[in-house]
Amino acid sequence: MKLNVKYFASIRELVGVSTQVLDTQAKTLGALRDELIALGGAHAEGLARGRAVRMALNQIMSDESAALVEGAEVAFFPPVTGG
Amino acid sequence: MQAHANPAPRVWIQTEDFDLTAQIAALRAQDPRVGAVCSFVGTVRDRTAGTPGSISSMELEHYPGMTEKSIEAMIDQAHQRFDILGARVIHRIGLLQPLDQIVLVAVTSAHRGISFQACEFLMDYLKTQAPFWKKEQMPDGARWVDARVTDDAALTKWGIASSNG
Repeated sequence: MKLNVKYFASIRELVGVSTQVLDTQAKTLGALRDELIALGGAHAEGLARGRAVRMALNQIMSDESAALVEGAEVAFFPPVTGG
Repeated sequence: MQAHANPAPRVWIQTEDFDLTAQIAALRAQDPRVGAVCSFVGTVRDRTAGTPGSISSMELEHYPGMTEKSIEAMIDQAHQRFDILGARVIHRIGLLQPLDQIVLVAVTSAHRGISFQACEFLMDYLKTQAPFWKKEQMPDGARWVDARVTDDAALTKWGIASSNG
């Protein structure tokens, strides 16, 4: 399925892009993260398992078990620090 | 209770500064049921870990779309939990300097207790659930601000689990 993936803040800087369109077999957010880590390079660095990474699915804060759907907007970002 | 006592816009994400007096007047909207207005203004400090002048400026990034949605959802929750009459949130983005205002949360209710509580609830929620990120400019370069576990604890007291920090 096709997904629109966004990266923000420190993770955007590490991955080196702010948005990308992906074609994936992954069924969940966690599986997508692993698939991106497997690409190696900047993706592996930015989304590394040791790093605090938060995720949103269609603009709602979600955990790794969240099920992906065709055309979904997925975002990876560090813990939020507003206010 | 009306679902939204105040049908006017409730959330602004903007680079511009805001005027507290004008914001409170707009929120009160000459509603004679209002007996209490509680507001919180967050401002940019010039220091971290107690070193004065260590922060020269701050850049605020956010997630357009999700930011507005998440704050709207917080205000809906505040209306469900507390008998408030209205609420509004302004959060600035972009480049800010020490002393600048950064965030406003303002709430109206009939009596003070509710507006104090709802204002704190909204601010606690915003700290850990709204997608904003601060980058501080320090003498030795820029650095992304770390999330604080104490902010998660603040939300826990409202019965909401948070694992942001």
